Amino acid sequence: MLQLQHITKIFNTGKATEVTAVQDVTLQLEDGSYTVLIGANGSGKSTLLNLIAGTAYPDRGKMLLGAQEIQRLPDYRRSQWIARVFQNPLTGTAASLSILDNFRMAALRKSPKLARLGVDGTFRKLVAEKVATLEMGLEHKLAQPMGTLSGGQRQALTLLMTVMAGVDVLLLDEPSAALDPRSAREVMEIANRIIRDHKLTALLVTHNIGEALHYGTRLIQMETGRVIRDFDAVAKSALDHAEVVSWFDYY
Amino acid sequence: MDFYVAAIIQALCFGPLVIGLFLSMKIFNIPDITTDGSYTLGAVITAVGLSNGYPPLVTLFLAMLGGAFAGGCTALIHTGLRIHALLAGILVMTALYSVNLVLLGRSNLPLLGFADIFAGLGLFTRTDDNTLFVLVLFVVILLFAMSYLLRSDFGIALRATGDSEPMIRAQGVNTTRMKVYGLAMSNALVAWSGSLMAQFQGFVDINMGIGIVISGLGAVIIGDTLINFLKVRAIPPMLCWVLFGVITFQLMLALALDAGVDANLLKLTTSVLVLVIVALPRFGGILEFNRR
Repeated sequence: MLQLQHITKIFNTGKATEVTAVQDVTLQLEDGSYTVLIGANGSGKSTLLNLIAGTAYPDRGKMLLGAQEIQRLPDYRRSQWIARVFQNPLTGTAASLSILDNFRMAALRKSPKLARLGVDGTFRKLVAEKVATLEMGLEHKLAQPMGTLSGGQRQALTLLMTVMAGVDVLLLDEPSAALDPRSAREVMEIANRIIRDHKLTALLVTHNIGEALHYGTRLIQMETGRVIRDFDAVAKSALDHAEVVSWFDYY
Repeated sequence: MDFYVAAIIQALCFGPLVIGLFLSMKIFNIPDITTDGSYTLGAVITAVGLSNGYPPLVTLFLAMLGGAFAGGCTALIHTGLRIHALLAGILVMTALYSVNLVLLGRSNLPLLGFADIFAGLGLFTRTDDNTLFVLVLFVVILLFAMSYLLRSDFGIALRATGDSEPMIRAQGVNTTRMKVYGLAMSNALVAWSGSLMAQFQGFVDINMGIGIVISGLGAVIIGDTLINFLKVRAIPPMLCWVLFGVITFQLMLALALDAGVDANLLKLTTSVLVLVIVALPRFGGILEFNRR
C-alpha cells in the first residue's frame, strides 16, 4: 500500500513566481488498485507523480510504501519498487541501445550492474518470450536499436520492461498522449493486462476522459494542488462522459 | 618509410586516448577537455616514476590512477556542482598544469637512459620493432578489455547513462556515480597514452598535452563517420574503427609533413584537418554519408 500523508510541494518558494503545485494531499493507494488521476493542466497531477517517483521531493508530508518511509529516497533507489512509463515514448527507453540491452537493464532494476556479461542465450530466450506476448513481431528484432522502433512499439516495450523484475507500483504518466488512436488503445490494453496479471498498484494520469472511465478501479480529480473528487469502482462505473467533462468547466 | 612507421607508432600510442575520447564524447556525450591535462599528467607521472627507478608497469599503473583521479574530479565538479561539463573540464585541465609542473619540478625532462616499457620484452634487435610489438600488444589488450566492459551489465548501464538518463535512473542506476566512473575510465586511458608517448619520444614536456583533445577528436570522428556509414552496431568492431581512425589521422598528418608543411604549422594543420573531417559528412551529398 502506498500512502501519501499531507504532501505539499511548493516551487520557487519566497519568489514572486511562487506556486503551490501540491497542497496537503493525503491519499491511500491500496495494493492491486488501479487509480486514474485527472485534472486540468497545472492542477498538480504530474508533480504528484514526480513526487511519488522521486524526481522531486515534497516540502512537507510523509510518503509510505508498506511500512517504509520513502519521501527522501532518490528516484534511482525508489525504482526497485516503483516503475514509471513516461509521456514521451523516447524517454522510457535508451534509443542507441538494442532492445535486448534495454531489457537487460530492466531485468537488473533491483540489482547492481556488475562487470559481467549478462546478455546470453538464456536471457535472449526469456526476453523473446516476453516480447512475443505483445504480438508485434518484435521478438525477431531484439538486436535492433530501440531508436528504430515506432513510438507505440517503444511505449509497449517500456511497459513490458517495468515488470521484468517484480515492482509493486506502476506510474503511468499520460502513456498514450503521444500516440495515434490505435497505438494508444493497444498500449492502454497492454498496461491494463500487465497491471492485472502482476497485481500492481497503478496510478494513471490522463487527459483522455474515455480512458479515465474505461480503465481503473478508482477515479480522482485534482484541482489547484488538491484532490477535489474521489470515486471508488462502483461510483466510477456510474459516471458518464459528459458529466466528467463538465467538471472541467468551472470558470 | 621510417617516417611512416613512426607515424603508426605514434597512432598506436594514441590508441588508449582515442578509445577514452570515444567513451566520453560519443558514448557519454560529454566533451571532456580534461584530456589535455590528464594526458600530460600521465606523461609526468611516468617521468617521475621512471627517473626514480620504479618498474615501467608500476609507473604505468600510477599514471593511469592519476588520470582516473583527474577525470573523477571533472565528473564531480560537473555533477555535484552542476557546472557545464566543458567548463568543469577546462577548470581541471588548467589546475593540472600547475600540478604537472610541481610534480615534474621543471618544464621538461629527458627520459633517455631509463628502462622504458617498450624495452621490457626485448624480442627484436631494432628498437622500432620492439616498440611496435609492445604497442600492438597493448592495443589488443585494450580492445579486449573495453569490448568486454562495454558489453557487460556495467557497460550497458554506462552507455544508457549517456543515452537517456531518465530511463536508466528508472532502472535503479545512480547516473552521477556512472559519470564519475566513466570520466575516470576515459581519463585513465588518456593518461595511459600520455605515458606511452613520453616513453616513445624519450622526453616529457609540460606543454605536450596542448591540443591533444583535437587530435583525438579527429580520429574519433573518422571512426564515428565510418561506424555510421557502415551501420556498425556491435561494440568490438566499433572500437576497431575508432583505432582505424587514429591510424588514418596520424598518417594524414605524416603525409602533410612529408609534403613539406612546416612543422611549426603542425597544430594549424591538425585543426584544419579536423575541421575538414568534421565538415565532410555535412557536405557529403556526393559521397552519400548523410543518407539515412
